[in-house]
Amino acid sequence: MQALYAQLLVGLINGSFYALLSLGLAVIFGMLNIINFAHGALYMMGAFCAYFLLNIAGLGYWWALLLAPIAVGIFGMILERTLLQWLTGLDHLYGLLLTFGIALIVQGVFQNYFGSSGLPYAIPEQLRGGMNLGFMFLPVYRGWVVIFSLVICLATWFLIERTRLGAYLRAATENPTLVRAFGINVPRMITLTYGLGVGLAALAGVLSAPINQVRPLMGADLIIVVFAVVVIGGMGSIMGSIITGFALGVIEGLTKYFYPEASNTVVFVLMVLVLLVKPTGLTGRAA
Amino acid sequence: MTSITDTTLPITPRAMRDEMIVFVIMAALLAIVPWTGLYPFFVMQALCFALLACAFNLLIGYGGLLSFGHAMFLGTAGYCSAHALKVWGLSPELGIIVGVLGACALSIITGYISIRRQGIYFSMITLALSQLLYFIYLQTPFTHGEDGIQGIPQGHLFGFLDLSKPTVLYYVVLVGFLAGFLLIYRTINSPFGEVLKSIRENEQRAISLGYKTDQYKLLAFILSGTLAGFAGALKVFVAQNASLTDVHWSMSGEIVLMTLVGGLGTVFGPVVGAFVIIAMQQYLAGFGQWVTVIQGGIFVACVLTFRRGVVGEIAHLFKRSL
Amino acid sequence: MKTNKFITSLLLGTALGLGVSGAAFAGDKTVKIGALSDQSGLYSDLGGPGSTLAAQMAVEDSGLVGKGWKIDVISGDHQNKPDIGTSIARQWFDVEKVDAVVDVPNSGVALAVNNVVKEKNGVYINSGAATSDLTNAQCSPNTVHWTYDTYMLAHTTGQALVKAGGTSWFFLTADYAFGAALERDTTAVVLANGGKVVGGVKHPLNTSDFSSFLLQAQSSGAKVIGLANAGGDTTNSIKQAAEFGITKSGQKLAALLLFITDVKSIGLDIAQGLNFTETFYWDMNDQTRAFSDRFAKRMKNGAPPTMVQAGVYAGLMHYFKALDALGENPHDGVKVVEKMKSIPTDDPLFGKGEIQPNGRTIHTAYLFEVKKPSESKSPWDLYKLVGSVPGDQAFTPLDKSSCSLLKK
Repeated sequence: MQALYAQLLVGLINGSFYALLSLGLAVIFGMLNIINFAHGALYMMGAFCAYFLLNIAGLGYWWALLLAPIAVGIFGMILERTLLQWLTGLDHLYGLLLTFGIALIVQGVFQNYFGSSGLPYAIPEQLRGGMNLGFMFLPVYRGWVVIFSLVICLATWFLIERTRLGAYLRAATENPTLVRAFGINVPRMITLTYGLGVGLAALAGVLSAPINQVRPLMGADLIIVVFAVVVIGGMGSIMGSIITGFALGVIEGLTKYFYPEASNTVVFVLMVLVLLVKPTGLTGRAA
Repeated sequence: MTSITDTTLPITPRAMRDEMIVFVIMAALLAIVPWTGLYPFFVMQALCFALLACAFNLLIGYGGLLSFGHAMFLGTAGYCSAHALKVWGLSPELGIIVGVLGACALSIITGYISIRRQGIYFSMITLALSQLLYFIYLQTPFTHGEDGIQGIPQGHLFGFLDLSKPTVLYYVVLVGFLAGFLLIYRTINSPFGEVLKSIRENEQRAISLGYKTDQYKLLAFILSGTLAGFAGALKVFVAQNASLTDVHWSMSGEIVLMTLVGGLGTVFGPVVGAFVIIAMQQYLAGFGQWVTVIQGGIFVACVLTFRRGVVGEIAHLFKRSL
Repeated sequence: MKTNKFITSLLLGTALGLGVSGAAFAGDKTVKIGALSDQSGLYSDLGGPGSTLAAQMAVEDSGLVGKGWKIDVISGDHQNKPDIGTSIARQWFDVEKVDAVVDVPNSGVALAVNNVVKEKNGVYINSGAATSDLTNAQCSPNTVHWTYDTYMLAHTTGQALVKAGGTSWFFLTADYAFGAALERDTTAVVLANGGKVVGGVKHPLNTSDFSSFLLQAQSSGAKVIGLANAGGDTTNSIKQAAEFGITKSGQKLAALLLFITDVKSIGLDIAQGLNFTETFYWDMNDQTRAFSDRFAKRMKNGAPPTMVQAGVYAGLMHYFKALDALGENPHDGVKVVEKMKSIPTDDPLFGKGEIQPNGRTIHTAYLFEVKKPSESKSPWDLYKLVGSVPGDQAFTPLDKSSCSLLKK
């Protein structure tokens, strides 16, 4: 029984990465109607940014947490301005393909310069060590990841669903012409949204840098799972993707305990089941 | 929102005549390959993928259904054929039949599950199903995990065609490809194909006209999956192995890319696309680590500048249907 | 450039279907080497461009060019797909007239290419793949397997750790054939030396989070956690084991397959104290240091050779030695490999050894421990030697090999 508690908690920790990543993906899909396949590559860039900040500029983890999302967010906005904006009104497939191409380029370039085995990044001084919860040893850093990402997820949800800015955003996706008539610069808002979604990916990258290796391919396999999370949650639904992200983490944790071989596959079982019962995901609107 | 397949022009007698001319040229060109000096293994591989992409194109280009799991048919047929040939020791023709039947059975089951979902959700459920299958193949002992089934005997087709001779194998694959291609072409231009296209354009209207659209879509899915399986069975003879990479989602992605690069919803596009992508894998290898960057660049360029694909752009230029 | 290659292949195509080179004439001293590796993925650091460089250095160091030989090295990227691997290899033999294929990490691809080389009667010097099948069930008269295999790794590390008191084991195994092979071989060694296996868990390939598995390993109470996985999976498990305080609580990690690039990427802070087996380390003696210096200067990131890259170099050096002894290139894989087997191996990197009839090269295996950060004097000063096992004890004994070549 104790072991089970531990697995649940560990699952929740992993879930927070899924939640952060799928949140960004959902924001981008909801507002830009683009399936951002470059999300994994941008997540990787976030982790690399943290590494550069430490090794070149001497700025530690806390600075990275702030600066990496901004830097990668700006990179994302440039991408949106130069490439993605030409896709407005086209089928999803083109957005997916374009971002997939971008992901290949970014990963390829990083791999050329940093190899494939990855770079070390230490856990920050203040978050080292761990505490004994009775049923397991919880590293402080893991606890921090859960709390921090939960706060970020809720803040993002609040920003989009409960503020005036968010209301404009949502309106702009429903009816851009009308919103433009109110004197709001819609293209700029879309660019900023893409920057926000990408920044969230980079943030997840910084968070994972001390746990995982900083590797050029670290996001390549993750993207398909995160994508599945967004679909299960209902494409474009913010809350749906947050909840599904955490829930998947827990379910995966249980699978790792009872049938570990299937732990990478369980998300797809879940996806089939959900889509059979609810054709547009748990909270999704019609495709 | 623009449909992804708005490049197709209405089928007219003139268009059909054009297409037949191009088909004859294509068949003639492919027939003389062993004497032109083009490396036949490369062409054979490309032909298998071309057939696969054509089968995929039947579903998306004419049925409007984007399957993101078509690798499962390729891989399933590959494993079935490989097992039948190597372990059961069946003759090549029976091996192909076992593979095709395997893919057909799979497409009936997966089609039944997925066909009622729309748009992106259809793509996702096919992706999920193919991932489940990947897992099953990873766990089942007969596939030998990541080592795959190796050293598959090629044997004699119909007892007298020695498939270990490259030229013989080449013509067998070519005939298989042309047969599959013609079957798809025939389907597209049949009344069944017309109904399919009308469903793609406007499913509600097709329903109101009294068509049971789900049945049409399911039939198209099964046909597409079975033909993809045929491509997988042929590929076993060319590559002489069957491995997990054929079932992996990145293979499904590659199929989409081939079709898109060549031209979605065009008759010859997938063939051109398959040749382009396979050639890229073969001949860019010398660029070492820059290959992925170059590939990515090509995809970006493709989406931004020639969205109709190679064949689609040419057809558009000449205002012809190809 | 590659476009030219495409045109050449068009022109050369008339020769298609003829199979292996028909151009073998007396006194032929042209040789073509194909370095087939993963140039852009998971294994590109331990093989990849470094293996191509190692092959080129072998050509330069062999002294054959001075004797009037013409030797070319070409490289290819198999992208970890057996399909692509076999089609490149096939094209190399048919069109490019390649004589020998070297490196080929990734067991699945390695086994697929093994069949092609046999069919085309070429020479196959594998250094990158772990599977011991290459010299057992799937052995071939055209194949030489250098550097390492699952049996040797499991045997050496397993034995050393059990003898050092690690008597109970828990396995973290990649759910792939090579992981299963590592676990199977290690289990045999552990049991044979009086230890026991208390449990294990099979995880999917490319798992990013190992905490669940590590918790299970922790609660099993085993003295040793055997990592029967590779690459990112191994480095992540090591990193996270440190995070969860597993190594501090007294449980020992045994990385069954670990390369210098992995240790470098984990960092000494976390990797220190880890025991594992390799057959080559750059800082062994003057000869290895001299070679590694020359090698590192020509690498983009200044890294010393991995054991896989060293194996490519040593294997090719031996191949050239055999060619030199033959006096010409017979373009006959079986004949060249027979010659290679008849000459004892002796090279600056792996020392003295021999190639057994099943194609397995045997040379000394070393047990290393990762240094503490305070002990390391330079960026790549990572290991200290703690033991060595002679080749004939480290690798599969011939009477246990299931290779059909031995049953003649």
